[in-house]
Amino acid sequence: MEKLEKSLREIAEKLLSEKKVDLIIGYERGTRPLRTTPCFVNKTEDVQKLIWDSSCDNNLAKYVVDRKEKVGVVAKGCDARLIAVCIAENQVPKENVIIIGVPCLGVVDRKKVESKLEEKEILEATIEGEKIKVKGEEFELLLAKNDFLCDSCLTCKHRNPPIQDVLVGEEVPELTEVNEFTEVENLEAMAAEERWNHFNGELSKCIRCYACRSVCPLCYCKTCFVDQSIPTWFGKTNDLSDTMIYHIVRALHVAGRCVDCGACSRVCPVNINLRELMKKIEKIVKERYNFKAGLSLEEAPPLGDFKSEDPQEFIK
Amino acid sequence: MKNVEKGWEPRILAFLCNWCSYAGADLTGISRIQYPPNVRIVRVPCSGRVNPYYIIKALQCGWDGVLVSGCHPGDCHYISGNLVARRRFAVLKDLLEYVGIEPARVNFSWVSAAEGGKFASVVTEVVNEVKALGPAKRLVKVRIEWKNLKNR
Repeated sequence: MEKLEKSLREIAEKLLSEKKVDLIIGYERGTRPLRTTPCFVNKTEDVQKLIWDSSCDNNLAKYVVDRKEKVGVVAKGCDARLIAVCIAENQVPKENVIIIGVPCLGVVDRKKVESKLEEKEILEATIEGEKIKVKGEEFELLLAKNDFLCDSCLTCKHRNPPIQDVLVGEEVPELTEVNEFTEVENLEAMAAEERWNHFNGELSKCIRCYACRSVCPLCYCKTCFVDQSIPTWFGKTNDLSDTMIYHIVRALHVAGRCVDCGACSRVCPVNINLRELMKKIEKIVKERYNFKAGLSLEEAPPLGDFKSEDPQEFIK
Repeated sequence: MKNVEKGWEPRILAFLCNWCSYAGADLTGISRIQYPPNVRIVRVPCSGRVNPYYIIKALQCGWDGVLVSGCHPGDCHYISGNLVARRRFAVLKDLLEYVGIEPARVNFSWVSAAEGGKFASVVTEVVNEVKALGPAKRLVKVRIEWKNLKNR
């Protein structure tokens, strides 16, 4: 990890001093244990702030859209794919972005660590290789990192950024064997009634804080459909119907674009597993149009495109 | 079909494209072909004009079923409106089914201006399927009553 951090800082320093970029967006240590925060570096002397470890869970693609200056972005596999989606959708010119790819073995889900510790407060935590060392009042624990990774990391098929300009360190082995749609398939096997009740239960927790929308790099619309008032499409209440529609339509909007970075699930204050919806959308697009988002800088999102031979078995 | 009020009839909202399906529905009438009177028709310029919001909003307002109908592939007045719509509808239909909405409530069809008979049979099929399901419950927020709908 230290080796990676060192070479990341070297790359950042080189890009800044050679004036290839005006700004480096990366991670720095946060103020709370296991937290990192986005770090914006525009002076070479500040590159020492940059860090890289398994607690770097923010999706930095969020900061690329609408930026005028040239930026270098530290990007994991999922971040790099989302930057590619934003470039393909003309949200940012390719020449303004340098993707500093970092191979990623998964990021730690703080919620999983917290639930393991039940009510106990973590005062200090460090990630050392394969272990997470957590300390609090009157306890000290050594946890295996792999048991506390985010769900989306467990089935990630692009740990190495598929698109990058510079790669930090060496590529890591990809998970080729895992089935990324297990969760969705289990839900599909349920009866419609059961599924409805399941989603009712899950989404009725929603408090409409829109954290999932704020964190998503793809939610860059100037006015979101739920904020529109002329016409008011759907209510802003937390009536179950309105809440479900918000999540259904948001899922539709990211169809063929979402790369399952898991940011929406991680950020949810009431622990809604939004991946159940996002993964389904990914599966539909994959099965129907054989498309996977974020692997190309040119290919248009599948819902803005068509083929004359698209399947139409559902049309009467 | 438990707890269905007596004399309940399904209400279907149909979005028909101006160039094919609306003319097809017109032909059904001109040819005096009978079909159930449960549909209310909204004429749209193209099936590609139908935003998924329209369909979801209709379900939220208590319509028991929605039908969207446009030109056959290759016949679109705007060349490819129906082909873009086809992808959008496929994803929408799959997703609604996944969250537990009965698939028969959301319907799509291609009906040309010459297919008066097909329009009648599509509507009959949709009405029968929705009748078998009973009144819409899922996703409904407010139920808009027949009597409050203005007739022109």
